[in-house]
Amino acid sequence: MDFLTLFQVGDGAIRLAIPLLLACLAGLFSERAGIFDIGLEGKMLAAAFFSAAISAHFAFNPMGGYIEAEVCDARNVCTMQEQPVHYIAPVWIGLMAGIAASLVLSLIHGLASITFRGNQLISGVAINFLAAGLTVVIAQSWFAQGGRTPSLSGRDDAGRTLEGGRFESIDWPGAFTRIREMRDASPGMQFYSELVSGHTILVYLALFTVPLSWWVLYRTRFGLRLRAVGENPAAVDTAGISVVGLRYAAVGICGVLCGIAGAYLSTAVQAGFTKDMTANRGFIALAALIFAKWRPWYALGACLLFGLFFAIENRFPDIRVPALGIIAFLLVSSALMMVYALRNLKIDVIVLGTLSAIFVAIALGIGVSVESITQSVKLPTQLIQSLPYILTVIAVAGFVGKAIPPRAGGEPYVKER
Amino acid sequence: MGKLPAWADVILIPLISLLLAAGLSALVILAIGESPVEAVKLMVSGALGSSYGWGYTLYYATNFMFTGLAVAVAFHARIFNIGGEGQAILGGLGVALVCLYVPWPHWSLALIFAILGGAVFGALWAAIPAYLQARRGSHIVITTIMFNFIAAGLLIYLLNELLKPLGQMEPASASFPEGAHLPSLGDLLGMFGIDMFGRTPANISLLIAIIACFGVWVLIWRTRLGYEIRAFGHSESAAKYAGIDPINTTMIAMLISGGLAGLMAINNVMGEAERLVLNATEGAGFIGIAVALMGRNHPFGVFLAAILFGFLYQGGAELALWTSIPREMIVVIQALVIMFTGALDDMVRAPLIKLFDVFRSPARDQVPAE
Repeated sequence: MDFLTLFQVGDGAIRLAIPLLLACLAGLFSERAGIFDIGLEGKMLAAAFFSAAISAHFAFNPMGGYIEAEVCDARNVCTMQEQPVHYIAPVWIGLMAGIAASLVLSLIHGLASITFRGNQLISGVAINFLAAGLTVVIAQSWFAQGGRTPSLSGRDDAGRTLEGGRFESIDWPGAFTRIREMRDASPGMQFYSELVSGHTILVYLALFTVPLSWWVLYRTRFGLRLRAVGENPAAVDTAGISVVGLRYAAVGICGVLCGIAGAYLSTAVQAGFTKDMTANRGFIALAALIFAKWRPWYALGACLLFGLFFAIENRFPDIRVPALGIIAFLLVSSALMMVYALRNLKIDVIVLGTLSAIFVAIALGIGVSVESITQSVKLPTQLIQSLPYILTVIAVAGFVGKAIPPRAGGEPYVKER
Repeated sequence: MGKLPAWADVILIPLISLLLAAGLSALVILAIGESPVEAVKLMVSGALGSSYGWGYTLYYATNFMFTGLAVAVAFHARIFNIGGEGQAILGGLGVALVCLYVPWPHWSLALIFAILGGAVFGALWAAIPAYLQARRGSHIVITTIMFNFIAAGLLIYLLNELLKPLGQMEPASASFPEGAHLPSLGDLLGMFGIDMFGRTPANISLLIAIIACFGVWVLIWRTRLGYEIRAFGHSESAAKYAGIDPINTTMIAMLISGGLAGLMAINNVMGEAERLVLNATEGAGFIGIAVALMGRNHPFGVFLAAILFGFLYQGGAELALWTSIPREMIVVIQALVIMFTGALDDMVRAPLIKLFDVFRSPARDQVPAE
């Protein structure tokens, strides 16, 4: 494997990690303030739809109308064409709309879980369904294209090229953009051109959000109070600081970040909204949040790791491992589980024993199905796709570095009278 | 502030929540330029106006009874089992294995073992999250969500690599043999000379679902185990003090819950598709949450709420067929029902309590002076 392939996988990992990262930080603010949020998925989805829809509206109907202008192409052939006049790029209006949509859902979540002290998990579930249903219903009503928005790149019905409907990638000075140039460049240049340059503004914004979140949470008075309200709201209340206000602020920040994440999906990665386009990213972000133990820098690491899984899976769909390795892994982990179980309760022996038996059975199955034990077998793509989920289960199980959530998480605060 | 009378708590609050959800849904339908009145008429005639409509309504309702009961049983132990979807997927796998690999002489025998297969696989899939919650304190909502996704991945893998017959493109198992064919409600009624339900997928599983409702009622309110589950749900510390083992109670409640979710497969896999297909559950595991909330976690309430949601599903399909309202409108209604009955309960309850306080005669409620 050469450097370029490595950087390309890295580039893919960053692209795939960005929506996870934004949603993960969104969840971080919310959960640090004691509000569980499993509605990240729904907020992203709503934001993805509204940013694409509004962006499409202004891209197809420029605010300043059209003017005749001379346009020259690469060969210096100039023609008179109708050019749209945008006072502000449609995609930015779209981004604002996406954030607004996400904020509305945040407000509903806040209303349910802070003001009316309802069950935060149930509210999150409801928000996910609300977004999944409403986006398609509205998309169908506005655009009648089977629950999607029109494409944000390409041409409109009159044959005019659409402008400013998407976030375009920014090429840094001196960076190569053609694959042929890149292949011959030095590793340093490849790194610069592939990994550093060529992302949309939202990618840099998202990466900048990590130190910003860290600074806000750990270096400002607001951050200290926000963390305190997730650990011990009564103490914050006693100090004369509004628990309700802080929690609404946290939920609001969560809404803004989810909004950017959704807009990134539909206006930077894709050119438009499609039904259920978030594809469980909200839940993977939640997994990353637990994996990151509710810390901003760890969140970056966890999201990049999960992004890397997906990038590897995209780039190398056919990963082969020696059968012997898998069998050994299964047998060793079942042995470890049994050792742990036998030193503990009867229930451990029953549950872990059954699990070990299943592992051994799978190992035997692999052993029987391959011709020789040294032969390599293909890892199922579903296994790699499921790795973030499996890792999260292991992380919350606490066998490897226990993840401890904010203490007052999920509990509505009732003021003492 | 007083308490609500029982009838208001059980009937009035769900009804008001339902009306609020319906009202908002009507607004959405108005906003997309359709008539809510026409929509309701279409839904009622499509889902309840013919024996064909009823057949589909009851088929969907059967699914939701199982998943609703699953969520309700876990709720009694104050466990939020959001993993009904994954448990139902695994239940489908269990049912499919039973039906595919054993040549059953008669459907009744096949049904008994399919029930076992579905329940055991569903329960096993719930066992690990339950175990991690009980022994390691891992949040069961997180683990069950993750297990839903893992189950979906596992099913795709198994269908593509192991269960798919040679030469078939579609990721689905082979069709079940004739011996595993369940009689439909139409067949059953036909034996008594009643011609109803025609060729709809409603089948004998509905009866199993009703028996399950009754069984859960007996379990929760008439057995020692049910008492332990409820006590644990009300107060873990008090339950512990009374000698109830929190680990065992969590495990057993979740095993029952997962088993009920897995049982759904006898309806959708064995009764309808008669083979294992991708996405056979169609989100029924999640609708169980709405059904349990709406039905106040009582089996009879779950039964009624399941029929309501069956009506919504069949009615929604009719809407999508005849109007420009897409099927996803049902998801919106479902979301609003979950929101109002689950999370915004207090918004409905608090004004109602005040209202009752106003109308209650002050003398009757006064505590007698010592």
